[in-house]
Amino acid sequence: MKSLTIAGMALAMTVTSTAAMADLVFPSLSYRTGPYAVNGIPYADGYADYFTLVNERDGGVNGVMTKLIECETAYNTQKGVECYEATKGEGALVYQPLSTGITYQLIPKATAAGIPVHSMGYGRTSAKNGKVFSHIFNYPVNYWDGASHAVNHILDLNSGDIKGKKVALVYHNSAYGKEPIRTLEELSKKHGFEFMQIPVDHPGQEQKSQWLQIRRTRPDYVFMWGWGVMNQVAIQEAANIRFPMENFIGVWWSGSEVDVTPAGAKANGYKALSFHAVGTELPVFDDIQKYVVDAGKAAGAGDQIGTVLYNRGMYAAMLAVEAAKTAQEMHGTKEITPAQMRDGMEALEMTADKMESLGMGGFGPEFNVSCDNHGGPGLGAVQQWDATTGTWSLISAFAPSDSDVILPLITEDSAAFAKESAIEERECA
Amino acid sequence: MFYRQAGDFKKSYREDIQTFALRQDRRAYYVLMAIAFLVVPFFINDYWASAVLLPFLILSIAALGLNILTGYCGQVSLGTGGFMAVGAYACYKIMTSFPDLNIMIVVLLAGLVTALVGLVFGIPSLRIKGFYLAVATLAAQFFLVWLFNKVPWFYNYSASGQINAPARSMFGFNITGAEAHAPARYLFCLALVVLLAWAARNLTRGRMGRSWMAIRDMDIAAEIIGVDPLKTKLSAFAISSFYIGVAGALFFSVYLGAVEVGEVFGINQSFLVLFMIIIGGLGSIMGSFIGAAFLILVPVLLKNVMVNGFGWPTDIAAHIEFILIGGLIMLFLIVEPHGLAQLWRIAKEKLLLWPFPH
Repeated sequence: MKSLTIAGMALAMTVTSTAAMADLVFPSLSYRTGPYAVNGIPYADGYADYFTLVNERDGGVNGVMTKLIECETAYNTQKGVECYEATKGEGALVYQPLSTGITYQLIPKATAAGIPVHSMGYGRTSAKNGKVFSHIFNYPVNYWDGASHAVNHILDLNSGDIKGKKVALVYHNSAYGKEPIRTLEELSKKHGFEFMQIPVDHPGQEQKSQWLQIRRTRPDYVFMWGWGVMNQVAIQEAANIRFPMENFIGVWWSGSEVDVTPAGAKANGYKALSFHAVGTELPVFDDIQKYVVDAGKAAGAGDQIGTVLYNRGMYAAMLAVEAAKTAQEMHGTKEITPAQMRDGMEALEMTADKMESLGMGGFGPEFNVSCDNHGGPGLGAVQQWDATTGTWSLISAFAPSDSDVILPLITEDSAAFAKESAIEERECA
Repeated sequence: MFYRQAGDFKKSYREDIQTFALRQDRRAYYVLMAIAFLVVPFFINDYWASAVLLPFLILSIAALGLNILTGYCGQVSLGTGGFMAVGAYACYKIMTSFPDLNIMIVVLLAGLVTALVGLVFGIPSLRIKGFYLAVATLAAQFFLVWLFNKVPWFYNYSASGQINAPARSMFGFNITGAEAHAPARYLFCLALVVLLAWAARNLTRGRMGRSWMAIRDMDIAAEIIGVDPLKTKLSAFAISSFYIGVAGALFFSVYLGAVEVGEVFGINQSFLVLFMIIIGGLGSIMGSFIGAAFLILVPVLLKNVMVNGFGWPTDIAAHIEFILIGGLIMLFLIVEPHGLAQLWRIAKEKLLLWPFPH
């Protein structure tokens, strides 16, 4: 047994250490198995397809090919750590783990190793404070923006007065789901609504008691911070208790096709937040069809193109590629290092022209990243599900969040982190 | 022929009852220790530490602990994940409350706290047995995870409910935190594993271990011959929980660094450790290690071979891994219901006689 394991380890060692360093390496910590696979697959496909597109159409990023290393995490932190350790030695430029739990793991590790982490719309919200979190980015939006967007939306619906309304938060009982609570508590003080918390434990296949509680307490609005199978179950349960769908608002992770389709026509009118466009109308999708799908190089089964999460994966990849381009310009070299990639991310500017030139005009909000603001301006919109046509459509413009409430919270939380891990704040010019 | 007793004479009772009775076994053990302590630290990197050796060593401690309770004392427990969470949160609270305390002391104190909690949850074992006790410990599992999620004091009121291990060092090397030194982390865990395995081995063949086994084999008979069930069962619960608490503390502070209780210490973790001892061998120290090795190292090996070696898609590799591990578990349990440790024992016995079995 002993010699067997040693032999096995030796074998594993040799196979893990074969990699070329010439390409721009983008690890994809994806999950195509487990209770969150239903959401993980479209995102991973979109992420992979965009890199394939860049290689096939443009011949790489300014001539340097990209290399995607996919590693299966099953949304599990232990496997996420293994994936991180296995890929970081291969020249990984940026990590996008699509898991708040894994992001929390990587924050200290990647910072120490000098590799940037981009947690787009997830992860630790206070990473927006670039003075404390030098290598962590969460542009263009974060959870606290999301909480504020949802509250702003119900403010709009009630012409600015939600005093005395009851708002319930149905959340995944983990770091991810707990993130918006602080902000919602502050906002409930500010706007005078009543706030109640309803946790759902992993993986969330059973939510009868939570929805019974909602039926009994009759909140006016329900917000949801769910992921994976939890989303489908919650929307189904809401339909079962005949909760009005237009008063049920999910975060951007609770608003894709796979979440609403199981409830069928009853999910009609369900709302979710978003920070990028939906559908396949933009020219970039023609390119994807031409260079990726028709060439037989689509990731996965190739049946996810244009879904909300596919587009989000694509958006994440696009931002990574643009940051790499910025880094190449800044440092005058084509083969960038993780440290240069970090500089590129910190100097990233997403303008309307830039997105237009990529065939993605209006795909996401315009924003700039800076040394002290790693989170962008926090613009978000609301999308609504139409069950008859089976499409999501944006029902509001990209609007800002309530920074009066959020910024002090971010300063407070990042200061706590800095104290806990003995970090000096960086100086930002 | 190569593996033999010939010429290996025992001159005292002490020599006769030693753990490795054969000279060859003893030498193999010393060689293994020498490699583990003196060679591996020079070659270990972050990947080997974080993905392979640390989880193996730490879960070996948990398996040892559960083996004391289930394998030696016969009390089935499904609360391992919950008790590991107690160790982890105790470790976190002690680390953050007393920043100057040595990390080794913190880990051992976390074990003691878990032992106390284990004592409390062990009390029902005096009345309920077998599957019913398994259900009672299952309640402990869910209660403890719920508690650590619910009460903000345990996670120092952080916004996310996660706990993060601050940096701590020994002899100038960081053991925990972001800049932890891979060989230092490995040696720290290895030292605890060797110490705790040695203690477990000697506990289980002493008076205490014998009374555990008496209770396991037939509690009424044991009571009649003078074994106090109260003391015996509670001591098994306390000592087992101490081991599991130490494992939980290491799992959080040295291995992961940040922990979310519901995910890391959920019911899956309890089952994983239980499967380790069932596959490895109930009531066997060696079995705890073999079981941990099987369930930690084989998946990593399979993944590396299939994804990096053959270049298969990650999802297919993950699914095949499930099938293979499941198949291997069934195969081993059909071939040898007493676990891999028994297979190992039989193999050694046969080898002693080989090639002249008559």
